[in-house]
Amino acid sequence: MKELKKEDRVTGSEILLRMLLLEGVECVFGYPGGAVLYIYDAMHDNPDFRHLLTRHEQGAIHAADGYARSTGKIGVCLATSGPGATNLVTGIATAHMDSVPLVIVTGNVPSDLIGTDSFQEADIVGITQPITKHNFFVRRVEDLARTIREAFQIAGTGRKGPVLIDIPKDVSAALTKFVYPERLRLRKITPSEPADELSTQMVRLIEAIRASERPVLLAGGGVVYSEAADELDEFVRVTGIPVVTTLLGLGGYSSESELWLGMGGMHGAYAANEALIRCDLLISVGARFDDRVTMRLDGFAPNALIAHIDIDAAEIGKLVPTVLPLRGDAKEILADLNRRIGSELHRTADVRDWIDLLLRYKREIPLSYEHSASMLKPQYVIEMISRTTAGEAIVTTDVGQHQMWTAQFYRFKRPRSLITSGGLGTMGFGFPSAIGAQIGNPDRIVVSINGDGGMQMCAQELAVCAINRIPVKIVVLNNGTLGMIKQWQELIYDRRYSHIDLDGSPDFVKLAEAYGVAAGRATSNEEAESEWQKALAEPGPYLIDFVVSRDELVYPMVPQGAKLQDMILGRECP
Amino acid sequence: MTDRHAISVLVRNDPGVLQRVSGLFSRRGYNIDSISVGDSGQEHLSRMTVGAPGQEHLSRMTVVARGDEPQIRQICSQLGKLLDVVKVEPLSGKPTIERELLLVKLTAEPEKKAELLSLIETFRSSIVDVAPRTLIVQAVGDRDKNDAFLRLLRPYGILEIARTGETAMLRG
Repeated sequence: MKELKKEDRVTGSEILLRMLLLEGVECVFGYPGGAVLYIYDAMHDNPDFRHLLTRHEQGAIHAADGYARSTGKIGVCLATSGPGATNLVTGIATAHMDSVPLVIVTGNVPSDLIGTDSFQEADIVGITQPITKHNFFVRRVEDLARTIREAFQIAGTGRKGPVLIDIPKDVSAALTKFVYPERLRLRKITPSEPADELSTQMVRLIEAIRASERPVLLAGGGVVYSEAADELDEFVRVTGIPVVTTLLGLGGYSSESELWLGMGGMHGAYAANEALIRCDLLISVGARFDDRVTMRLDGFAPNALIAHIDIDAAEIGKLVPTVLPLRGDAKEILADLNRRIGSELHRTADVRDWIDLLLRYKREIPLSYEHSASMLKPQYVIEMISRTTAGEAIVTTDVGQHQMWTAQFYRFKRPRSLITSGGLGTMGFGFPSAIGAQIGNPDRIVVSINGDGGMQMCAQELAVCAINRIPVKIVVLNNGTLGMIKQWQELIYDRRYSHIDLDGSPDFVKLAEAYGVAAGRATSNEEAESEWQKALAEPGPYLIDFVVSRDELVYPMVPQGAKLQDMILGRECP
Repeated sequence: MTDRHAISVLVRNDPGVLQRVSGLFSRRGYNIDSISVGDSGQEHLSRMTVGAPGQEHLSRMTVVARGDEPQIRQICSQLGKLLDVVKVEPLSGKPTIERELLLVKLTAEPEKKAELLSLIETFRSSIVDVAPRTLIVQAVGDRDKNDAFLRLLRPYGILEIARTGETAMLRG
């Protein structure tokens, strides 16, 4: 950054770029347009500022999201007014549902045209109010620097989330002195629980753990976001409580650990769901009892005392009556509990039968599928990717069957390894989010697993991979159909298939090659292995079109509206 | 049990804050009876704006919502998460004063005027506008009182009703 003299006046755009650099932003994902021309112009004078041009605003925001989820830093994206801004909406809602910290900058028409239905005008602040943690409309250039700092504070503290800053064109052009905002206009976002209240609850929780015969811990995305994996590991080591993870919690507790029972919920493992049904004490850490986890609420942990550790007071008691509320940061609370418990729990109840039962379920009723020598199975591909990357890759997924198979068959070892749209379930997320994850983690293998449906929702970003040599390994599990919808129509709608054929899809190999991305196709187990080795050896991006069997179903499955105990195991389960 | 609960909310006087609060109620499906807002006379003293002189003015919003205890707790928690909300105070179960302003336009038939005036007197309300064929009556009271008053006014020919929704304050 050029040194500024005290009397120097700079544009709002210059202030924006300087503030982003001061906030430590490594890369902005964006797309220019009329209302942000001053901002793009200012990039000429700031060579330190890195901007990645995507091919669609939706690609930009999903990339920023993948960057944020995989690094723990705040993702930033930039778009113009009107359609540029509205193209971000799906990505903003995606980040909001999964508590991902983003700062989204949009241009807007000049202030004197606001409200006149002028060209490319949209009330993006109004539109995004329900799907942002907060949003700002900057009226005066003097407020810009402070607003940006506030946006970063809000996005990155407490329960994280997306924050949008809308800047009219005249504000990005206006001149003012640049003053670093020392004082912010923020109240404390997450007032902490009174220490004695929290302390009382911890004492009660430890007593409950000692007396519990059937305890289970439900680890959600909050474990990942608060960097609490080590504390959780220690907590489980001392208490011996088995762990169920949610989709977003995967990696927060290693899939290799003995006491890990698997993911719970609609497509959860048998042992995990049995634990959720039969427990007498359920300790939820950073999970929000999503309906895909609990299924029908009266069948969820019906006989359990519920303890809920969450940073967001509004989550505690929202869906499940909570006897032990512990409001606060998961990492701090687990660390405190670990200190209080020490090296020995001193149980008053016997948990051995419970643990034996669950481990027996885990061993005897594992996730499985019918192997085939003649037909390539999607689950086989995921297992192969897991095996060859030793569970150490960053894996992004789209939404649907392949997402659930990834959750089931990839053995995640560490946090921030699974990047997936859990809450909103956004198709088109899987591929662009991998681009952001790779930008944030240049030294790790990033694998993007997609279906043939979702791959076509943001395929244009292949250009970004090619031109910037972003070495994402792009997996398409191509079954020629919208698999999850087909599965529901098959099981719940009496095989009345409706609009699920994806006939007319492009040849994905040719599509990739047309963009300049190397690609190959696999139709058998052997081809899958050899193509995948080629992909891993390729220094640049590589796409593999895995032509997989069309009729695979994701099992176990709990139909919507049913209880966990109504889990359907599928024919391949013993 | 679904009861009416008044919640007092102190908010920053920023543009859009009413939309943020009302939007929260509609998207989460909370039942809202009334919402009223006005200057609180208070200023946010703790933090000053940078570059902009002066303090932030706070508005007081009174929301009357329907729900059971857990629902009202949830509403308060969700309100507390809005960045523009400075303080949330559920008022139910506490000694409060709740008042609503009611304006009623009536047909003023001469033969019933004496009766009407005595009713207005009884409810300690007043006539604030007199026209050849109509008059406007103003009443201040809690919702139940205003409801009762309206029931009694009905036979006199109500033309229009305007109610502000309750605003509330803790006693003492």
